[in-house]
Amino acid sequence: MKLLSRKASCNSHGQDSSYFAGWQEYEKNPYDEVKNPQGIIQMGLAENQLSFDLLESWLAQNPDAAGFKRNGESIFRELALFQDYHGLPAFKNAMVEFMAEIRGNKVSFDSNNLVLTAGATSANETLMFCLANSGEAFLLPTPYYPGFDRDLKWRTEAEIVPIQCSSSNGFRITKSALEEAYQQAQNRNLKVKGVLVTNPSNPLGISLSRHELNLLLSFIAAKGIHLISDEIYSGTVFNSPGFVSIMEVLMNKNYVNSPVWNRVHIVYSLSKDLGLPGFRVGAIYSNDKKVVETATKMSSFGLISSQTQYLLSEMLSDKKFTKNYVSENRKRVKQRHAMLIRGLKNAGIPCLESNAGLFCWVDMSHLLSSKTFEAEMELWKKIVYQVGLNISPGSSCHCIEPGWFRMCFANMSEQTLNLAMQRIKSFVNSISESNMNISPNQQYSNKSSRRKSFSKWVFRLSFHDRETER
Amino acid sequence: MEFLSKIATNNGHGENSSYFDGWKAYDSDPYHPTNNSHGVIQMGLAENQLCFDLIQEWVENNPKASICTPEGSNGFKDIAIYQDYHGLPEFRNAVARFMEKVRGNKVKFNPDSIVMSGGATGAHETLAFCLADPGDAFLVPTPYYPGYDRDLRWRTGIQLLPVVCESSNDFKITREALEDAYGKAQEANIKVKGLILNNPSNPLGTVLDRNTLTDAVRFIDEKNIHLICDEIYSATVFNEPGFISVAEIAEEGVVCKNRDLIHIVYSLSKDLGFPGFRVGIIYSYNDAVVNCARKMSSFGLVSTQTQHLIASMLSDDIFVEKFIDESAKRLAKRHGLFTRGLAKVGIESLKGNAGLYCWMDLRRLLKEPTFEAEMELWHVIINEVKLNVSPGVSFHCSEPGWFRVCFANMDDETMRIAVSRIHKFVIQTTELDQAPTRKQYKRRKLEISLSFRRLDEFKMTPRMLSSPHSHMTSPLVRART
Repeated sequence: MKLLSRKASCNSHGQDSSYFAGWQEYEKNPYDEVKNPQGIIQMGLAENQLSFDLLESWLAQNPDAAGFKRNGESIFRELALFQDYHGLPAFKNAMVEFMAEIRGNKVSFDSNNLVLTAGATSANETLMFCLANSGEAFLLPTPYYPGFDRDLKWRTEAEIVPIQCSSSNGFRITKSALEEAYQQAQNRNLKVKGVLVTNPSNPLGISLSRHELNLLLSFIAAKGIHLISDEIYSGTVFNSPGFVSIMEVLMNKNYVNSPVWNRVHIVYSLSKDLGLPGFRVGAIYSNDKKVVETATKMSSFGLISSQTQYLLSEMLSDKKFTKNYVSENRKRVKQRHAMLIRGLKNAGIPCLESNAGLFCWVDMSHLLSSKTFEAEMELWKKIVYQVGLNISPGSSCHCIEPGWFRMCFANMSEQTLNLAMQRIKSFVNSISESNMNISPNQQYSNKSSRRKSFSKWVFRLSFHDRETER
Repeated sequence: MEFLSKIATNNGHGENSSYFDGWKAYDSDPYHPTNNSHGVIQMGLAENQLCFDLIQEWVENNPKASICTPEGSNGFKDIAIYQDYHGLPEFRNAVARFMEKVRGNKVKFNPDSIVMSGGATGAHETLAFCLADPGDAFLVPTPYYPGYDRDLRWRTGIQLLPVVCESSNDFKITREALEDAYGKAQEANIKVKGLILNNPSNPLGTVLDRNTLTDAVRFIDEKNIHLICDEIYSATVFNEPGFISVAEIAEEGVVCKNRDLIHIVYSLSKDLGFPGFRVGIIYSYNDAVVNCARKMSSFGLVSTQTQHLIASMLSDDIFVEKFIDESAKRLAKRHGLFTRGLAKVGIESLKGNAGLYCWMDLRRLLKEPTFEAEMELWHVIINEVKLNVSPGVSFHCSEPGWFRVCFANMDDETMRIAVSRIHKFVIQTTELDQAPTRKQYKRRKLEISLSFRRLDEFKMTPRMLSSPHSHMTSPLVRART
């Protein structure tokens, strides 16, 4: 008899993907400014390390919050005993207000409709358990976050059917792509239970347009299915057109008393906006009572530590703090993003024009030996091992076109980002040099050597005018 | 289209059981010493509240453990961004050492085989996902913790088959019962993947003796099925015969040829009294299970803020030793008080030496030896005696008349009042004198006297429906009992 379950023996945990392989290489040889300057720079981890000082200063001024105290009195006992899966009321209130704040207060949320979970990882899985039976499918636009393969499919036995998006229109979701995906599912005999989108998108770094959101709502209305909007990067939108939540469109379009109202669910987390992935703070928001009720019961399998709920309830209730944080964090993400873009441009590498996220969707297809995914892997290996940058290959995100990579910029210091840019530039230069036959045996160097840039042919590749669908 | 999944619409969450009527009664009328002295006393919640003073003192004296205080804020960033599902090394080390101490240092635990989970709740579900496919079954001795029905079955699609234990031999697990359960499964063409043991037992409050434990290990080894040992009450053992962990048997290596079959579930919710912090642990001797469970732990990691606190606290050897010792003493005292109180009115309970509860024998108070009579008695206890106790039927007990009563989740005064209410009730309804002699089971008419309340010693204070004054409402615990 087989000792372990099928789930334990299969690959649906998705960790054999190149997405995670790069991390492993990084772990073996991590860059450190002093101890290991030749090491691999981690650009595959979408973390927000830009605004810790703001958090730290709040903590220094509010020691009670982490010290299990309220107004100087110890509340340790109450917190230690608090395991109610409805969550700490003060924390849920603070969360929904924070979520509203990020959306410019154009929408408001009811804390009774919020379910707390151990991170967005758990939120997404829980929603799948609530909405899809084993073997049923959700449609997801590609490229998408590699972790979804595990979170949405592994233990739930649900399926993902891709909504193919392409660079020809800036990877925007189109009506035909939606219909095609639905048809694909039918062909595979899969019952479609819903669509899941990430807004702002990971890995694209763009917030969905109103047009796309309206399209999605019409689509789910017509098909009678659910829509999950993973909005965990909502606080990282730093440029126009600004963030439009699905909730906003839902309310504007007078869907309020229609069946669609009950079929839209939002996933949120503090891992990206506040940079606290270790604290495991996730949430599901739904207008449907039954979904809230069921998800709440399921949250027993991954509740948020009451210690953490309390700390964050105090922090997020401080409106002065949250207002300042949200705006300052945006500024810093914008600035850092600009740095990356400049560096890439300097190396002749185009990327998708983006207004959000902690990463850029970078086009290195011109550096491929052939327009294939094998060539993409070849290039990726060079970048990881020789250039010393862990970036995420588009194939791991199920992108249909080879040559795209996700590069994160908010999880390192400015100096490290500069170094990364120098490395990539040297790499690009050395390719063009070897192509131009200047130095036939030139080895790629990952030292930050200064090199005169004369790779005119690289610059001939124009930055495509990515016309976004309105 | 069906709006929700089958899992979402079935009753696998287990909350529609009458078991929760007690909770509802408590929630709508919770006891409070000054605001609501006639309210329902919560005795259905297996919490350990006896040693918070020790913990609180430690927390005050160790501000660095709360990373975000001025003393500890240096570590804040590193802790806050650490999301590695291996868990902080210092956390795993501290937990491993603590588990060893609780077992009298008779065994060693490898910190690399420690996997985090969302409480023991998450640990059980994760192990079920790792070890069994939908339709497969685990054997579990009755009576057992009601939450297993949800934790092991709900989203996993696994079945639980009872190994029936009886009062005639103090609910011990016999080889016959194990073979019987296994045989029944074979006949029904159900694939048995493992056996669940809860040691110390909830709800019995007893520990497994060496023979039973050894035999169980032999059994699973013979059948080549897994053994999941839920040892979450291991540090609540307060009396002889003392605790023998399955780890001891596994390490001896004599009985068990294949350690790959042995897995332990642990948690800090009962031993330390921290259910709110959601610290669940899976320990497995099987590397493949460790790897799989660790990947699955992404769905329920322990907050690093909490990992850091626990790592600091449990690395303090002096504190830990003092705590384990003092906690056992206080549990022994409380248990003694309660059982003596029961004995005064001739109520017996299963002789126990562990846990936060008693397995109380109220068979002689039943109108007739049926589960209907048990339910009737239970409703009387909740609504008239005003105690939320847990009826044996909710633990899948094969015999009616047994109730689990928790005693460690209240202060001394509340305990005294609870005992006194039981006294009055028993005296009233059995029409017996108060001689503490052992009563034989008799058919008795259950007289429910609404004048019970007139015998109350307490001041008649206006009943307030609101919960106690604290900022946080009293825990409406459904996550774990």
